[in-house]
Amino acid sequence: MSIFVNAETKVIYQGLTGSQGRYYGLLNRDYGTKVVAGTNPKKAGTDVEGIPIFASVAEAVEETGATASCIFIPAPGVRSAVLEAAQGGVDFIVAITEGVPAHDEALFYNQLRKDFPNVQLLGPNCPGIISPGECNIGITAGHIALPGGPVGIVSRSGTLTYQALYELKEKGIGCTTCVGIGGDPVPGTSFIDCLAAFEADPDTKAVMMIGEIGGSAEEEAAEFISNNMTKPISAYVAGVTAPAGKKMGHAGAIVSGGRGTAQAKMEALEAAGVRVGNNPTEAGELMAEIVSQL
Amino acid sequence: MDLFEYQGKEFFAEYGMPVSPGGLAFSVEEAVGVAENLGCPVMVKAQVHTGGRGKAGGVKFAADINDVAEYAEKILGLDISGHVVERLWIEKASDIADEYYVSFTLDRSAKKHLGMLSAEGGVEIEKVAEENPDAIARIWVDPVEGLSEGNCRNWVKEAALPEQAIEGTVEILLKLYKAYVDGDADLVEINPLILTDDGRVHVLDAKVTLDGNSVFRHETYKEFDETQTRDEREKAAHSKGLQYVGLEGEVGVIANGAGLAMSTVDVVNQVGGRPANFLDIGGGANADVMTAALEVINNDPDVKSIFINIFGGITRGEEIANGIIDALDRVEMRSPIVIRLDGTNADEGREILEPHLSQALQLAPTMLTGAEQAVALAKGTKN
Repeated sequence: MSIFVNAETKVIYQGLTGSQGRYYGLLNRDYGTKVVAGTNPKKAGTDVEGIPIFASVAEAVEETGATASCIFIPAPGVRSAVLEAAQGGVDFIVAITEGVPAHDEALFYNQLRKDFPNVQLLGPNCPGIISPGECNIGITAGHIALPGGPVGIVSRSGTLTYQALYELKEKGIGCTTCVGIGGDPVPGTSFIDCLAAFEADPDTKAVMMIGEIGGSAEEEAAEFISNNMTKPISAYVAGVTAPAGKKMGHAGAIVSGGRGTAQAKMEALEAAGVRVGNNPTEAGELMAEIVSQL
Repeated sequence: MDLFEYQGKEFFAEYGMPVSPGGLAFSVEEAVGVAENLGCPVMVKAQVHTGGRGKAGGVKFAADINDVAEYAEKILGLDISGHVVERLWIEKASDIADEYYVSFTLDRSAKKHLGMLSAEGGVEIEKVAEENPDAIARIWVDPVEGLSEGNCRNWVKEAALPEQAIEGTVEILLKLYKAYVDGDADLVEINPLILTDDGRVHVLDAKVTLDGNSVFRHETYKEFDETQTRDEREKAAHSKGLQYVGLEGEVGVIANGAGLAMSTVDVVNQVGGRPANFLDIGGGANADVMTAALEVINNDPDVKSIFINIFGGITRGEEIANGIIDALDRVEMRSPIVIRLDGTNADEGREILEPHLSQALQLAPTMLTGAEQAVALAKGTKN
């Protein structure tokens, strides 16, 4: 079992005809993901290595029965691409693109809530989602993840997610689903969305969380954990030594006005019963310990 | 991107908000010239990307030209929380009857825009929030619905602004929200927003942070990029397109991915070292970007050792190793390097690095040991 996506998920790639979309779309297909269509109004009727291109998401959904979409469109086009996907009828949208203006994110997040409450958006500025052995949507190297569970992973950072997947694999621990929620100020999917889904997934027995400085998503997750999670959790929060007022690579990774520090997040998570590691390796070891006691 | 006060006021003026006439000066002579054109009294205001200017002596009321010359002389070169004053904004002084506070920013938790309005302006809003939280009226604006005049009227009432300030404030609130949204700002803040003796509501200060990701639809924002506060190292890194933040230690850090880079900085610190920087070279880690990264770090005189921490995902270990070797051929390094290479085909990558290893180029099996090796090299406790 897995959350959000599985072996049956049919995916449309918006931007499959671009260089990034093509590269990762084909890698995802090689992994086993059902990549059923691409969209590009100017190239409708053509194909990318046998994957048909449609003029719009709506057409692609009608022809293929796809339920998910992955966006590899440059930042200026992401706002309309997200809305096109929702209007086109998919219920899961993964936006990989980095550099989307925060006002666009705030706008389409609220637009989706209002007009398409059943649509789940992941990203933007995220590595995507992988249910190992079943489906990989985005830019994660599929082979670094061991299929089967029992761990679910949710993370704000790409490379730290890979690091986590890899360390678990080295220890022979598999993963049900690994969700990269991304490092932007208004992520479509939150820690809480993923924690709730993992709590409901019978095959996920434990959850690993990777957070970073900025905002209060980890604190909100801690509150949710206290009230709702029965499954054990290990966590790591990056940016303990980050100076205030500086964006650390991610648009959302910034300590401002004394808020959003790693220390505060780690304390909140610990208070909620989460086992917090001081570095990614330690968090991995804590998870291995948790798994051995399941 | 942070704007100076004068840039913020120009930005507000474009959206129709009332600001005082003024001019920019880089020297005492220029300051005097601007003041003569405006006519005294004027305000002499330090232009820096930090708060607390008034307390630091960076904002002065000048009654006549002699005052202007005296204060310009004093303020230019002044160090305000590490920011040295290079430019002054000279503007016509205003008669202040009352001071208010207003701002818009994104509430990441509510995922809506947050407006804050207070009848207690002219002081630090954090202080008001702490000492008298009820004095701040908050409004959450759904980006889809926007802010209506009706919303503003209720909001102004809630903030208990005096009757004579209401019309002018409502007008400014609507314009400020429009500037915030249409201008893709992360933050717009007016503190103080004033009521003048003759009953006008007027913008007396401007704090604006623009979203760097929105430059594609705001051609003119490119000019603000040049006036950002960056140290020499940050300037060099920025010109090479690298995600770099200067820190104060001796261990140079290069990693791929923002999270891993942040984590590497943390780990260097945990094992007793002091990181010199945060540097994210992105997923690819090819020779060109590695060369640029090494050049920037090599030019940092404080750096005594370098820790390269790379995790191969889609990019394989061999490609990364070859990129590093290539880059090292192009840059003559001053400091020893420790490399930790893990992930996809890490063994193959390490094999490529093997023949190049020496005291000056070491390989580490894990992130923690790599940090320890790099810190030891920086401290000179291990050769």
